[in-house]
Amino acid sequence: MKDVKKLTLGLASAAALFSSSLLAEDTVKVGVLHSLSGTMAISETSLRDILLFTFDEINASGGVLGKKIEPVVVDGASDWPTFAEKAEQLLAQDKVAATFGCWTSVSRKFVLPVYEKYNGLLFYPVQYEGEELSPNIFYTAEAVGQQAIPAVDFLLEEGYTKFYLIGTDYVYPQTTNLVLFEYLKSKGIPEENIGGGLRKENGEVISAGKYTPFSHTDYQQIVADIKSFAAGGDAAVLNTINGDSNVSFFKEIAASGLTADDCPIVSYSLSEDEFRSLPTSDLVGHLGCWTYFMSLDTPANKKFVKNFQKWLKTKAPSSVQKEGRVTCSPMVLSYNGVYLWKAAVERAGTFETSAVIKELEKGISFDGPGGTVTTQENHHLTKNVYIGEILEDGQFEILESFDNVYGEPFLKGTFK
Amino acid sequence: MKLFDNKIEFGGYMAACVVLLLVLPAMNAFFPADSALHFSSFQLSLWGKYITYAVMAMSLNLLWGYTGLLCLCQSLFFALGAYAFGMYLMLHVGVDSVYNTALPDFMDFQGYTELPWYWAPFENGAFAIAATMLVPGVLAFVFGFLAFRSRIKGVYFSILTQALTYAASLFFFKNNLDLFGNNFILFGGNNGLTDFKEVFGYDVNAASTQRWIFVMSAILMLVVYLVIAWLLKTKFGKVQQAIRDSENRVRFSGYSTTTYKMLIFVGTSMVAGIAGAFYVPQVGGINANEMTPAKSLDVVVWVALGGRGTKFGPIIGAIVVNIIKSFTTRAYPDSWLIILGAIFMLVVLFMPNGLVGLPKQLAPLWARIRSNATTSATPAS
Repeated sequence: MKDVKKLTLGLASAAALFSSSLLAEDTVKVGVLHSLSGTMAISETSLRDILLFTFDEINASGGVLGKKIEPVVVDGASDWPTFAEKAEQLLAQDKVAATFGCWTSVSRKFVLPVYEKYNGLLFYPVQYEGEELSPNIFYTAEAVGQQAIPAVDFLLEEGYTKFYLIGTDYVYPQTTNLVLFEYLKSKGIPEENIGGGLRKENGEVISAGKYTPFSHTDYQQIVADIKSFAAGGDAAVLNTINGDSNVSFFKEIAASGLTADDCPIVSYSLSEDEFRSLPTSDLVGHLGCWTYFMSLDTPANKKFVKNFQKWLKTKAPSSVQKEGRVTCSPMVLSYNGVYLWKAAVERAGTFETSAVIKELEKGISFDGPGGTVTTQENHHLTKNVYIGEILEDGQFEILESFDNVYGEPFLKGTFK
Repeated sequence: MKLFDNKIEFGGYMAACVVLLLVLPAMNAFFPADSALHFSSFQLSLWGKYITYAVMAMSLNLLWGYTGLLCLCQSLFFALGAYAFGMYLMLHVGVDSVYNTALPDFMDFQGYTELPWYWAPFENGAFAIAATMLVPGVLAFVFGFLAFRSRIKGVYFSILTQALTYAASLFFFKNNLDLFGNNFILFGGNNGLTDFKEVFGYDVNAASTQRWIFVMSAILMLVVYLVIAWLLKTKFGKVQQAIRDSENRVRFSGYSTTTYKMLIFVGTSMVAGIAGAFYVPQVGGINANEMTPAKSLDVVVWVALGGRGTKFGPIIGAIVVNIIKSFTTRAYPDSWLIILGAIFMLVVLFMPNGLVGLPKQLAPLWARIRSNATTSATPAS
């Protein structure tokens, strides 16, 4: 009898060993959904790279729940129906446990119904306009209150009283500027000190600021307008222009003789990574506002930057560009997203989406390169915000920081 | 009158009917998800998308392959149809718990509390369906009238249609239009129309709804094929092909080539529009990116690759290119553009008649191999 017991025990433990060794070799599929070709590739490829780095880092320290992360990289091709198709492929065919991806608002809008249909989980890492809350998306990105508003607070503190709003004509700048308009008014700035123009419908302001189409290059008229607006002094420009239009805009600003001392420009879409392809000479002295800067002088950030550079030299696949790489806020928010997902999975003890989302909603903190970030019930993050001044080498000198700013997506109409 | 040229074409058509209308929907509906015979809803809606692309390619082929008009605004007609039906879908998303309004979210963003008058009729499904054909049709009529009456043809016609597409995409990318001091909200700007909930009372994301939309897309393609096959055999079709080969001779023979071209242009624009309407619920959204000049050129590539001026070519071209695209963006995300580009170059260089012309092109080669085989076999006997 005793022998039988011993035998079964032995068998059971052998089986357990066998299955655990099987599990250790097991992998979990995770989707990477960014544009690797087309107009957005220049920005989004960097996020693919940082995600691959993060997966390698996690895998080297044992993976998630004992499983190695197996990335499934797909190309959204800067084409929105393709984004929707690839999202569905990741969820329906590859059955990924989570997806990290998207940059533009329109790509997120196209994949949102897909993630809701399949009850998937998407981490979205790029600053956006808010006014959205999907149960299947976590917005690790900056909400308007974590980027645009702290920058205005900083400028108000510095004594600026006139603000010119300019942006590219799509939802992110339009909504951001509308929120800023309401915020500025609540801070006692009169309407005539808010430049760029207002559009009213039935007496209500429906659009504030000046807008240009994508890839616009002719900023002569607008800069002349800004110059006369700034003539009295104490004026600043809040810039939500996207992409290569910034080159023409800042060239025109420099040509007009306006300097950062006369009229600083805060840009919300220019980070260290954009300066890899954008000449900085015309931007020196102007400002940026993000939840992370590469120049942050903390041990966590130094380690992060060092490890990323080392990974580029040693482990990065051949498709990753190795020279002249920097880190920036969307990259760090992607990085944070993976670690937050890992923590949530480990707390839930399962990869099952609903359980993971529940854990994320309860609040999970991660000490990232930009400081501690904490998930909130409303699928956004509490995080630090920094204001930086652009330097010659494409880095930022940090002027001010705001700690633990709450992420609130619904700001429109809240400032009275 | 016989619609089909030969038995192979008839057989192929019947096989397509059986596979698209019976086999695939049945594999999707009756086999459980883990069965090897199961055709997933994802695959089904993907094929549904290919089929709507194929219909757009067929409409372009009728213009380019059979009338000699290289039109670069087929994707515009397609997108207009898609927008018309997308507007209907957008107005039936119901009161969202997040936005707390029955208006499309982008109108809420911009502080609108009422539906503008030019949006209101699209709440009606019948109106929207009519609009998917009438909006592209009217645009084609006006543009065609101006272009064909002035005898604009060849590359100038192509350039003008491309300019029209570009202008329209700029318009649709805008959020608002200021006209004589009045502000008009447009069609969702860069974000376009997404996140649909129901279509004619059915859940648009439900597997059964998607299956029906797929079946209807397939019927659309099969019917359009028959109509084109019939048209080409009529006197109208003969004149149309004669215009392609020598327009001046047709005109001097007393035919009003302008009228013929107008009819074809308007007709194909409506076909592209209705294809766009089927596209929207299967893809889940539409934005102005679908009507950019690059998208128009995509269609031209599909037709050229499949075989211009053949009935079957555009279908093959559209489906093959998009299958390759779907496959490579997952399997080779870093190099798929190079792969696709290489395929285009190979076809252009070595297959002047496209993929469907390949068997005919290889026939002499095959004959030579066979005759070689018989001659080399002769001495032995």
